[in-house]
Amino acid sequence: MIEIATPLTGAASTGEAVQFWILAVIAVAGALGMVLCRKAVHSALCLAGTMIALAICYMAEGAVFLGVVQIVVYTGAIMMLFLFVVMLVGVSAEDTVKDALKGQRIAAVVAGLGFGVLLIAGIANAKLRTFTGTGAADAKAGGNVQGLAALIFTKYVWAFEVTGALLITAAIGAMVLTHRELTEEKQSQRDLAERRVRLGTQVTPLPAPGVYARHNAVDVPGLLPDGTPSELTVNPTLRARGQMRDVSGELVDRMGELEASTAGWLGRRTPKPRHSTELAKAPAAASAPAPTAEEPQE
Amino acid sequence: MNPVNYLYLAALLFTIGATGVLVRRNAIVLFMCVELMLNASNLALVTFSRLHGNLDGQIIAFFTMVVAAAEVVVGLAIIVSVFRTRHSASVDDTNLMKL
Repeated sequence: MIEIATPLTGAASTGEAVQFWILAVIAVAGALGMVLCRKAVHSALCLAGTMIALAICYMAEGAVFLGVVQIVVYTGAIMMLFLFVVMLVGVSAEDTVKDALKGQRIAAVVAGLGFGVLLIAGIANAKLRTFTGTGAADAKAGGNVQGLAALIFTKYVWAFEVTGALLITAAIGAMVLTHRELTEEKQSQRDLAERRVRLGTQVTPLPAPGVYARHNAVDVPGLLPDGTPSELTVNPTLRARGQMRDVSGELVDRMGELEASTAGWLGRRTPKPRHSTELAKAPAAASAPAPTAEEPQE
Repeated sequence: MNPVNYLYLAALLFTIGATGVLVRRNAIVLFMCVELMLNASNLALVTFSRLHGNLDGQIIAFFTMVVAAAEVVVGLAIIVSVFRTRHSASVDDTNLMKL
């Protein structure tokens, strides 16, 4: 069994002071980063750092069990849930800078500063000189975990049981909220194939994305023989989000340069190189359609 | 070092979280700010437990964690279902009841 030294007295040692100042800087930096980062993924990662710093703080304060629970539940479960939802909503979705109410942000920051000053002044006014420390309480029960267990299953057993009901309700609530009822019968592969033939718009499977030998990522549209990007090759979800990466311009430019240099080498009259701006109107239409009608996919 | 510094840290984190709730527009980041406020209150509870020398503060912090987990599950489900219907995670876009 691993013995972690819990402070028998409430006073903090020098080592704990050093640890506190390091962790406090990390925690506050993470919190500020979470508020200031424009992208939700960066905010989530900053918050995970803050939570780990707080977990070490708990352990230093003698709450060993809570420190472990903090890492397992908060950084392990809750932050991963956050990241899943960020992925569902779209990783690169950025927050708006525009104020809905005029001057709301400035007012919010001023109110936050005032609140913080009030809170910290309140703590400073309280005469908290002697910290008893949980060492004696832990030792009486035979350890931190044993002490917490004794309290949970005796004094707080009613709250503990209500917690169980709360968790069950939350699980059912999440299932009810995210469940989608099928309004029509699920279409089989055969139904989809028959519908494709009946409609006749796109009988064959959709063309693959990517440019031969250069980019084969799913967000790069394939190029038609004349160098224009083909919208059909990119997934409708990516198109709706406007996450299509168009590389046709640089390819056409490079081809034009090559043609010009070849013509110069061979001593021909230089043909006017085609420029990508002629093709710029094509991808502009790509981001417009909303993902209402699902294209028949194979 | 006086352990009361932990309380100052908790107050600071709570303030940052509260300001974030007021400043940000993305519903997911709002939820993260609420989580930060819950964490700050947990730190204060653990410090109070150390101040008084009994384990009740740690028990309450433990229950706070449980309630936070349940709250996140339901809240994120609401965000996902709103995103499905409105195609946006911004809290400014859910304004159907606005005159």
